Amino acid sequence: MIEVKDLHVTFGTNHVVRGVDMTVSEGECFGLVGESGCGKSTVLGAIAGRVKRWQGSISAAEADLRPERRTLAQLRLQQMVFQDPFGSLHPRHTIGRALSEPLEIHGIPDREARIEQALDRVGLPRRFRFRYPHQLSGGQRQRVAIARALILEPKVLLLDEPTSALDVSIQAEILNLLKDLRQQQGLTYVLVSHDMAVVTHLSDRIAVMQDGTFVEVAPRAAMISGDLAHPYTRMLREGSLGYRPTEKEAL
Amino acid sequence: MAHEPLLSVRNLTVEFPSLHRIRPAVSSVSFDLGREKVGIIGESGSGKSTCGRAIMRLHPGRTRITADRMAFMGQDLLTLPERQMRAIRGHRIAMILQDPKYSLNPVMTVGEQIAETVILHERLPRRAARIRAMEMLEKVHIRDPERVMRLYPHEVSGGMGQRVMISMMLIAKPALIIADEPTSALDVSVRQQVLAILDELVTGSDMGLLFISHDLNLVRSFCDRVLIMYAGRVVEEIAAADLDRAQHPYTRGLLEALPSLTQPKDRLAVLQRDPAWGA
Repeated sequence: MIEVKDLHVTFGTNHVVRGVDMTVSEGECFGLVGESGCGKSTVLGAIAGRVKRWQGSISAAEADLRPERRTLAQLRLQQMVFQDPFGSLHPRHTIGRALSEPLEIHGIPDREARIEQALDRVGLPRRFRFRYPHQLSGGQRQRVAIARALILEPKVLLLDEPTSALDVSIQAEILNLLKDLRQQQGLTYVLVSHDMAVVTHLSDRIAVMQDGTFVEVAPRAAMISGDLAHPYTRMLREGSLGYRPTEKEAL
Repeated sequence: MAHEPLLSVRNLTVEFPSLHRIRPAVSSVSFDLGREKVGIIGESGSGKSTCGRAIMRLHPGRTRITADRMAFMGQDLLTLPERQMRAIRGHRIAMILQDPKYSLNPVMTVGEQIAETVILHERLPRRAARIRAMEMLEKVHIRDPERVMRLYPHEVSGGMGQRVMISMMLIAKPALIIADEPTSALDVSVRQQVLAILDELVTGSDMGLLFISHDLNLVRSFCDRVLIMYAGRVVEEIAAADLDRAQHPYTRGLLEALPSLTQPKDRLAVLQRDPAWGA
């Protein structure tokens, strides 16, 4: 579904992504973990078309994408869900307006019916379309963000830290929703997170990124059992399990 | 422990009056803290940070703080005059905050900021304070402290900033440290280092630590005891090692809602909230 070959992204003098290769097949969930500044969100941005200057090749649904310009159809294919549902929804647009905007841009008819359907899909009551973001909780807003991404019926959902701003109990609801949606609609996910447990929960394969490159791509089972090749991956995994007093010596 | 606890809190209630009503953010919280690491866990809005700030009396004047007892080493923190409270803040009780980016003074060098505490509380001359600050930076494993002393907060990384804040808080050798999400803004690799330093210093100098966090796995592996807060109340108090055997449905719900690396589940349990928990 998505094929990335030798992707490089440079911001000014800062070489952020240094040769990333990844292939995501249809219906797969591909996870990307790494610490802040490793370039994981930039990879996602390049696939989404947000980052407009990159070298290498990216193809989605067998069509090669160009860095600077994309057709509406190409953009519609993959949609993005952002980390902060407080920042990603326009505060003065109702939920209904936020959901109809992508439809207007892409010139898609039956907006009313589609908005209601999108709200149903993410488990929100239909009356929510008349509300403003500040009247919704964080979890409900993230549901709206997911509905907005799904309303164009994309094949690929690009998830950039979709639950990092949410409490544990709300995170569980959103993760369950994402899992259900993927099963029902055969979606392909690329999930970026710094949380190893969240990524492993959803993903089939997990790429570990450091300084703009993948140090390891591990299947889910290896991440769970800890059967990992790269010391950096092992360190991240250990770290997400909690505090280990023995690491004092490593200082 | 035979001797009196470092901090003893009974029925602490914190209310923020607004135009319409008075809402308690924290109600009837009681706990004792000795020379140990106690964690407070809760979701956003559960009152965990409000608790920590109430102990330091950092809330604005209109806030209503009531308690049957809030004693720190025999002193009543509720009635202590502001002058004496200032002598305690930063000296006997120190607070480490979440994000060094916002908590350090951007127009003062790191060295000045660390030295300020001892100049203020111990009336040390500038030169002696500088030497103490340097030693402190070494203690938090900063290489080349001479150079770091002269840097401004924007010139240091997040992990280094947090270590600067820890050294700033520990330089006056406080008896109690309140750490409010001290590692939430840090990457995993740096987090381990910062926690190891905190652990080393707290255990080594016999301090008490109140560790406020939303991260269950972190608290259970780092602290000795855990208080679980929900809607302003402590719903359960349990030894960190026994967290798996927690009784309260909220604690159980939190544990089950957490995706786990070692025990993967297909679906996460969704927490069913009971209004009675907060009542």
